[in-house]
Amino acid sequence: MSRHDQGAHDQAAHDEVVAAGEPWIGTVAAGQLLRIVDLEGNQAVDTLFYNAHDSAERYSAVDTIRAQGNIYLTTGSALRSNLGATMLSIVEDTCGRHDTLGGACSAESNTVRYAFDKRYMHSCRDNFLLALARHDRGLGKRDLPSNINFFMNVPVTPEGGLTFADGISAAGRYVQLRAHMDVLVLISNCPQLNNPCNAYNPTPIQIQICSTRS
Amino acid sequence: MNSSTSVTQSGVQPGALTPTDELWSEQLHPGEHWSGVLRRGTSLRLTALEPRANVAALMYNYESLAERYNMADTLKAQHTAYLTAGCVCYSDMGRVLCSITADSCGWHDTICGLSDAALVQEKFGAGGFQQRRNKFYRNGRDSMLNELGKYGLGKRDLIANINFFSRVAADDAGTLHFDEQHCRSGDYVELRFEMHTLLLLATCPHPLDPDTHYRPRPVMLRARVTGPAPRQDACRLRCEENTRGFRNTEMMFPP
Repeated sequence: MSRHDQGAHDQAAHDEVVAAGEPWIGTVAAGQLLRIVDLEGNQAVDTLFYNAHDSAERYSAVDTIRAQGNIYLTTGSALRSNLGATMLSIVEDTCGRHDTLGGACSAESNTVRYAFDKRYMHSCRDNFLLALARHDRGLGKRDLPSNINFFMNVPVTPEGGLTFADGISAAGRYVQLRAHMDVLVLISNCPQLNNPCNAYNPTPIQIQICSTRS
Repeated sequence: MNSSTSVTQSGVQPGALTPTDELWSEQLHPGEHWSGVLRRGTSLRLTALEPRANVAALMYNYESLAERYNMADTLKAQHTAYLTAGCVCYSDMGRVLCSITADSCGWHDTICGLSDAALVQEKFGAGGFQQRRNKFYRNGRDSMLNELGKYGLGKRDLIANINFFSRVAADDAGTLHFDEQHCRSGDYVELRFEMHTLLLLATCPHPLDPDTHYRPRPVMLRARVTGPAPRQDACRLRCEENTRGFRNTEMMFPP
């Protein structure tokens, strides 16, 4: 870890471990850094962002892809809203590539993808819905557009094939984002047990928020 | 803006519809946005009347608008990064909004989103109503917000859309490449609706089309009654995932 990183650690305004399969909701102010650490490796971190002052403005996967002309997220990626604004940018990435096409698992999509008897299993969209309901600001299913899956590997081939592949992350890898506006962050630390997005073994993540010095 | 509505033409082209089944047809002006309800058992054919057309589409369950097209669920269930004949379009509730039953061009984009006012201004310059009247430069996002507003929907309902007739492939590094030769005049795609669906369309150019001139293309819509997916159906049987998706859908529609 570099001196700069250590400095950022010292200033962490928020530092929390989110257990496997749990949701997390919080705010990051414009200029602050948000770091998500894959503590044990190959965990999928399903994430959405909303403008903290106008939640109708939120992360848009397709606007982000369109604006950068590339389907993968990594250092330098500007995360765009449905209104075209840069909400956050990725300033450090020790994993190398993150997905924004694969979406979040749900009870209903599990019945399609795996089997009807998987409906009962815990899912990211159930996490999202419950976290939004508890947040009590009027947000619900209409507010669940396509999300980011940090640390998840969903390669697309030039022929248009798409697969959920084994992860390329590892214990201790992290992604760090700088907020360009005050954002509400909604995370599901993915509980999926049916595909390799988290190596069939959901694990905890660490969330750190700190102020920047530059 | 009005569409020109016509009865079925008698000059039938290969793969064209049987006139007796036809419900209605409309020609969309270049750049026009449109919305309508397609009931279960209705099929809609979109035909590009000129090369390099693009038709952005959003879909919602007309009986419960919070249920809507889900790009990610559609792609991962069918292990594909694009849409073509045999694919279905999934809602976020594990149900099939529509099936793609015919397709002459082989690839429809659903990962690149819509153009917006800033992009159109940057690419094409000023082109407001004051200068161009009804040929003013339209953009995908504002077109969709226009149509969404007619149903009490808005910015919260801007979701990942489909771009019919556009092919954009990712190379090994993930960089996207727009295929300028993909859509030919006369290319068509047919959607068979398996649920009562609110369909929104916008005919603005694809956001990654490098053309430096604003050139939207006219598109023909033809709707007919076909019935929903039969037992033996290429879309239903494309993969086990789709068979389960149809089962989820048909739970809502007793025979």
